[in-house]
Amino acid sequence: MLDTAAVVGIENPAIDWHAFSPELVLVGLLAVLLLVDAFGGERSKWAMPSLTGIGLLVALVPVATLAYDGNVRSMFDGAFVVDNYALMFKALFLIAGYVVVLLSTNYIAEGDYWEGEYYQLLVASLLGMVVMASARDLISIFVALELLSIPAYMMAAWRKRDLGSEEAGMKYYLMGVFASALLLYGMSLLYGMAGSTLLVDIAESISGTEVPALVALAVVLVIVGFAFKVSAVPFHTWAPDTYEGAPTPVTAFLAVGSKAAGFVALMTVVLVGFGSQPQLFEPLIWALAAVTMVVGNLIALRQTNLVRMLAYSGVAQAGYMLAPLAVAGFAGSGASSAVEAISTYLVIYAAMNLGAFAVVIAVARKTGSAEISSMGGLFSYSPVLAVCMTIFMFSLAGIPPLAGWYGKLAIFLALIEPGSISGYVLAVIVGVSSVIALFYYARVTRVMWVDEVPDGDTTAIKVPVSISAALVITVAVTVVVGVVPQILAAVTGSESFLTLGG
Amino acid sequence: MDMQQLLEVSNQGSFWNPLTYLVFAPLVGALVLLLIPKGNEMVLKVVALATTLITAGIGVYILTQFNFDNAGEKQLTANLSWIEVINSRYIIGIDGISLPLIMLTLLIMPLCIVYSWNHLPSPGNPKAFFTLLMVLMTGMLGSFVALDLILFFVFFEVVLLPMYFLIGVWGGEQRQYASIKFFLYTLFGSALMLVAFLALYFLSDEVLTPSGDLMHSFDMTLLPTLAGGIATGAALWIFAGMFIGFGVKVPMFPFHTWLPDAHTQAPTVGSVILAAVLLKLGTYGFIRIAIPILPDAAQTWAPVIGILAVIGIIYGALCCLAQTDMKRLIAFSSVAHMGFTMLAISTLTDFGFNAAIYGMVAHGLITGLLFFLAGSTKERYHTLEISRLGGLLKQAPHMGWIMGLAVMASLGLPGLAGFWGEFPAILSAYNPAEGLNVALFRTLMVIAAIGTVLAAGYLLWLYQRVAFGTPSDEFADDPNITDVNTTEWIAWLPLVILIVVLGMIPGILFNVTNPAVVTTLGMAGV
Repeated sequence: MLDTAAVVGIENPAIDWHAFSPELVLVGLLAVLLLVDAFGGERSKWAMPSLTGIGLLVALVPVATLAYDGNVRSMFDGAFVVDNYALMFKALFLIAGYVVVLLSTNYIAEGDYWEGEYYQLLVASLLGMVVMASARDLISIFVALELLSIPAYMMAAWRKRDLGSEEAGMKYYLMGVFASALLLYGMSLLYGMAGSTLLVDIAESISGTEVPALVALAVVLVIVGFAFKVSAVPFHTWAPDTYEGAPTPVTAFLAVGSKAAGFVALMTVVLVGFGSQPQLFEPLIWALAAVTMVVGNLIALRQTNLVRMLAYSGVAQAGYMLAPLAVAGFAGSGASSAVEAISTYLVIYAAMNLGAFAVVIAVARKTGSAEISSMGGLFSYSPVLAVCMTIFMFSLAGIPPLAGWYGKLAIFLALIEPGSISGYVLAVIVGVSSVIALFYYARVTRVMWVDEVPDGDTTAIKVPVSISAALVITVAVTVVVGVVPQILAAVTGSESFLTLGG
Repeated sequence: MDMQQLLEVSNQGSFWNPLTYLVFAPLVGALVLLLIPKGNEMVLKVVALATTLITAGIGVYILTQFNFDNAGEKQLTANLSWIEVINSRYIIGIDGISLPLIMLTLLIMPLCIVYSWNHLPSPGNPKAFFTLLMVLMTGMLGSFVALDLILFFVFFEVVLLPMYFLIGVWGGEQRQYASIKFFLYTLFGSALMLVAFLALYFLSDEVLTPSGDLMHSFDMTLLPTLAGGIATGAALWIFAGMFIGFGVKVPMFPFHTWLPDAHTQAPTVGSVILAAVLLKLGTYGFIRIAIPILPDAAQTWAPVIGILAVIGIIYGALCCLAQTDMKRLIAFSSVAHMGFTMLAISTLTDFGFNAAIYGMVAHGLITGLLFFLAGSTKERYHTLEISRLGGLLKQAPHMGWIMGLAVMASLGLPGLAGFWGEFPAILSAYNPAEGLNVALFRTLMVIAAIGTVLAAGYLLWLYQRVAFGTPSDEFADDPNITDVNTTEWIAWLPLVILIVVLGMIPGILFNVTNPAVVTTLGMAGV
């Protein structure tokens, strides 16, 4: 076959279509959604969520076949890698995306919020996340980050005529762009130093004993850039306002999908790129982690709005997840237990937070409010929802046998394994802040179980099928992983989970 | 270290072990309860009672399977893979230390259900109430059979949730404050305990797993050997973490402040379970985990434990003397009684450990009975203000006599169970383990003995004010004040009988615990 690229002297990169197929399915889905929306008219609106959901499940098929195949696939000189790490996160993003579709179905349809466009943006953002899981070079990471962020900025402002939603979108956009700018600046410094955008090349170029001061600056800028994305203190200020203002299904998507993608990128860059120079990132991340969990939990204590409380609890949990990175540099093997801990926690985090948002959405259908007090007496009129929420709250608090406990345990393991003082101190801080956190999680359950119904209306909540399905998925994951953590641990603990060094 | 022989772990036994049935039978009952519609109060009660009786039946079967001649060894064991990546395993088994506590749990739970038959605390909702009790039972039994630190931790924490709701939903006026205080204190302790467990895990030697890997271990039976190489400094810190975790649960002075609130606010059966079983999880943790695994650190910490225990005895007693509320007084007496148990444990001798386990069982029976009595008193008089009560013996003579027996047993009258918990505990401090400061422990012994005098003081004074004399005017002709009714008889008689039997024939318990205690301490090399 005569190739034009070959004629002009550029070698065509070898493309492994199988490795690329989850992304291709999503691109195809995006095209189908666009066409159906453009030519189907009003009549096709109802089909959008179903189509999206089916498309996301179809995209899971190649993820499964790739996992079954088990080979590590690397393309574009190692800029795009498909290993177990990438596959697990692709699966996580797709399933989380599916749950978000389930949560959005009634909300978006009943609010008459531009259904077609909503699902297209959602799929586009998911595509960015799925690419992020495989990205191992600065450019693909940045492109994936923007691809997942820009649709999310618009989705946050989806309730067009609502000032709060507009504020949410605006704040998220400005902060996100600011973070991107910092990130890009750091990346450009790294590229200048290493002469390559590949993380492995960067790792090699800074592996010497003498590290230029400029590298330190670049590392700080990159970490701060991601700190915005994962809403670590003091770069978290956008999160509560954005979460509260955005439509609740979008909030769930931001809190779970975007944050997980941010963590994936952070882990990849820090461990693959800077892994050889732990002294560059460990102190900074240690401080970020400690401040994030303490401040996040303390502010969450004062919240009266459930979504804001979940936002701050999300901030606190970002702190827990940052913690293992702060001790990741010891003797080489620390990196793997840090990756293990963060990945484990992210999966569990996704299940319990999506579940909590599902309950918030279901209850708000009746009460029209996300105030904690509006949950009063939920147990007396909708006991199933109350029990689900209780499960999610105590899982978030880390009480066994709900999945959250294993997430915490994995983090404790990663912190204590190095046997360093800094690890022990951070472990104690995690422990103490989990106790603080229990206070506000328990308050929600107390309101549901003990308080009176605020408006005296005790008709049971009619939960739409799609939200019930979302609850079934999230409760099942929360309970099963909690009782048999080996299911998850077998994946995150598998050898060469993250192929450090490409 | 490499000279030491490598320990091998292999899969052993089956998951379908009598102990597994024992632990999870209440959970099955809880699921059945969830399926029963809310309105069928009678069905709910019957299912709950049947579940506890079936579980107790499994317990009786286990008694027949238990080889009493070999009570020092772990029996009915299973050792199966659970979380392979961290080599945390489903290891269960019982010996002479755990058996009495399991039996205590199996006795108390059906009695609590019977008592709830017509004493369901407000705001009702028997479905949720009994479901939580069943989950609680699984947690308690699981904690006593688990021989893997992580498995133990999971069950230890499972206990928290139902108790939180029992106090928070069905409790008294200050229930919200009391329930969250209980929860926060215990969780704080267990967070530190978990960190200590993990440090222990990483610092101890490795074992060969069934899959052929070298990994650290959470196995309680292997850790006394594996942890031998841990540096002294690290061991002291690890012990301190467990000390706080278990000490909060016991509760030891100064971590005890959650207890009076929780006890006072909890519904009657909640107080009974809390006193009879939950507090024992803390002392059990010391005997089963902290001391055998880190005996040298225990030796260093023992004087601290002993001193805090004795402070608890005196402080608890003085607080009792100052109380005006009957339930709060009984709660503070728990602080004092658990102080005796902890003093016995701090001697690190087999005599002390036996006394401690006896004290745990006796305190469970006696204080359980006292809380039942307090609950019934409250129901009749609608107050527990001691100054307003009086003349119980006149108005409800049977109840008055039972209270008299419980009070006498609690103050350690010879011939009743309480004596064998208290007297040997004091005596054990006369001869602490080798290496401990004899003078210090003998001083502690003397102070603890003074504590028994104070105990006699506050208990007899309580009894005198509540039972003697004539009823005050406001209650003199109150038709609500009736004598012991049927459900109360059923709930209380077994406790009364056991208090007397264990007081007369202490050997039935000592013979079971002693071999296990000797093995445990021998393994630790104390």
